[in-house]
Amino acid sequence: MIETESTKKLLFKSGRIIDPFTKKTFNGDILVENGKISNISDSIPSRGKDYQVVDCKGLVVTHGFCDIHAHFREPGREDKETLESGSFAALGGGFTQVCTMANTDPIIDSPEHIHYIVSKSSKLPIDIFPIGAVSKGLKGEDLTEMLLMQKNGAIAFSDDGMPIQNAQFMKLALTYAKMLDVPIMNHAEDILLRNNGVMNASTTSNNLGLKGNTSLAEAVMVYRDLLLAQSLSSKLHLLHISTKQTVDLLKQFKKKNSLITSEVSPHHLFFIDEDVNAFDTSLKVAPPVRGKNDRKALIEGIKSGLIDCIATDHAPHTIEDKETTFNDAEFGMIGLESCFGAVNKVLVKQNGMSLKSLIEKLTVNPRKVMNLEQDLFSIGCKAQITIFDPNEKWVFTNEHILSKSSNSPFLGKELIGRVKYIVSKNQFFTI
Amino acid sequence: MLKSKHLIGLEHFPVSDLNKIIDTSFKFKEILQTESRKAILLQGKTVVNMFFENSTRTKISFSLAEKRLGADSINFSASTSSVKKGETLKDTVQNIESMKIDGAVIRHGHPGSALKLTEYIDGAVINAGDGSHEHPTQAILDMVTIKEKFGKIKGLKVGIVGDILNSRVARSDIFALKKLGAEVVVCGPSTLLPNDAKKLGINITYNLDEVLNWCDAVIALRIQLERMHLGRIPSKREYHSEFGLTFERISKLKKDIVIMHPGPMNRGVEIDSKVADSDNAVILDQVLNGVASRMSILYLLLGEGDMEI
Repeated sequence: MIETESTKKLLFKSGRIIDPFTKKTFNGDILVENGKISNISDSIPSRGKDYQVVDCKGLVVTHGFCDIHAHFREPGREDKETLESGSFAALGGGFTQVCTMANTDPIIDSPEHIHYIVSKSSKLPIDIFPIGAVSKGLKGEDLTEMLLMQKNGAIAFSDDGMPIQNAQFMKLALTYAKMLDVPIMNHAEDILLRNNGVMNASTTSNNLGLKGNTSLAEAVMVYRDLLLAQSLSSKLHLLHISTKQTVDLLKQFKKKNSLITSEVSPHHLFFIDEDVNAFDTSLKVAPPVRGKNDRKALIEGIKSGLIDCIATDHAPHTIEDKETTFNDAEFGMIGLESCFGAVNKVLVKQNGMSLKSLIEKLTVNPRKVMNLEQDLFSIGCKAQITIFDPNEKWVFTNEHILSKSSNSPFLGKELIGRVKYIVSKNQFFTI
Repeated sequence: MLKSKHLIGLEHFPVSDLNKIIDTSFKFKEILQTESRKAILLQGKTVVNMFFENSTRTKISFSLAEKRLGADSINFSASTSSVKKGETLKDTVQNIESMKIDGAVIRHGHPGSALKLTEYIDGAVINAGDGSHEHPTQAILDMVTIKEKFGKIKGLKVGIVGDILNSRVARSDIFALKKLGAEVVVCGPSTLLPNDAKKLGINITYNLDEVLNWCDAVIALRIQLERMHLGRIPSKREYHSEFGLTFERISKLKKDIVIMHPGPMNRGVEIDSKVADSDNAVILDQVLNGVASRMSILYLLLGEGDMEI
């Protein structure tokens, strides 16, 4: 559970400070006064001061995490998640900033809708940045008022959930967004190639008799989007990439073009299609978890820096949405609370990635994609701090879920690395 | 007289011809302001006005120019002609030509139609707008209006705002302004701007306030509302807010700028009524200058060289 304290002066003592912006790592102290970083150094004396001292020995002290891909379901499906419950799920995972997708009901496709999200989240304990829809009604036909939406607080644009099928429309959207200097984030899946597939097309899908979703459905559209973005010099962000083919395409295009960015989700790094063997609907997700080689390519891609960041694609669903047949179950899983323990286990503990590098993928890199402030440990900066134990082994259970929904394939799994404390929006949280 | 036999477009039009037309336009403007408003310089000449596309201003302007010059003019519009019966452009035109005409004014929805016409007839062809290609007489009347206001064109800073990509007016204006030594910046939503600005020798920006603070004159183009449904602009509201010549924007400027619009205007979209009707707007001067410019063009292309104005 989560405990909140509002406190004026907090001293985080003797932690291992990893600043992913300056790339400095040292053992030291951070002082937060009135919600701002007021001092950071090897040792800050506390004798005779009215500081609340938090012992961070053995813990890593770093920037608050930033998730650029989450679904908070408000407005419309407040039974699954609200902006408020989503905020606490985020805090549980060490996230102080979250960008929320537009596929709510109604869809976030006008400046008025953006304004609603911004004003509704202003008092919440994390920063919520709405991503606006690219097309009105997510229909992929008419552009939304992106200029006015940006003025009202839209941070980027995405029809996530509905791949943009029409190449001419995608071209116009990428062109229009050039005026805003923000990325178009496309959910790349060719609907016809996807062919109603419910899991990765593989031996497992054949054996289970489930309809397969070929990795080509993603790769074909990724290739189209990369070509368009490159020729237009537009910002493109590839959402939740899942296949080796996509990683290979990124290698080819990213070298020449810094405007192209991408993300990978924890579940695509953690699971493979074979894990679906008992028709476990908590693993039903779009795009699907893929094969061994795809997972391996994604791990290599995030390690090498080819993939910019980790994003949860936190997608809450009710029990009844998932307690059904695999065909009928909804796509998606929650991901905020389990994120760090999962990716730290897979990437750092099992695949030799450095912890520093992993932290970049959760902090400075996603913020860079979204043009957010990245130098969070500079003096005077609004404090966003996440403190975790990088080595704690724990089993993820319902008790750790702060989301309104509990559709997670990580339930019962052992994770490594656990968030302990967070400072966000002038509040101190103990997880 | 002119080096050119026709006026098809300004891209390849000799600058000497362009200057001659502009200068002569001022003489016709003087005549238009006399009591008789006439200069019978094209008596016995026959001009056919062929409008395959709708037009109010341009059609009336040409008819009036022909009448003021004493030419015989015939009007032809596609909606009431054999074009409806399936006759080709070539046959339509050659039939008209065989009736002995000296000049043809053509507006057509397809780019290149005016040039095509020169292959079929001997008389002078004047392009009154061919698709998204050129609208040279509009650009000439714009040049006349600018020169009338500033006494020169060279060195002036002119902004053009709107659908630059699909506008024949923008294209002809850019060619004319560049030929005459003006600096040009175009502004509009990125989906309606050309990607070959460098080749045209112009600059591009998405920031209207920047253009307005920089320019001496601004030409607002009509935004075709059907573009909205082709995914090029999201709404009238967003267009008006970001690319409209709003009263608020114009009144914030530190210096006066000349406001132009080729018409027909979408008041409240690309231009506010208060701006269109303000003292800085020369939109109605453009209309009168249109008649003078077209008289000048008709006279210089169809008239005899020794006629004194």
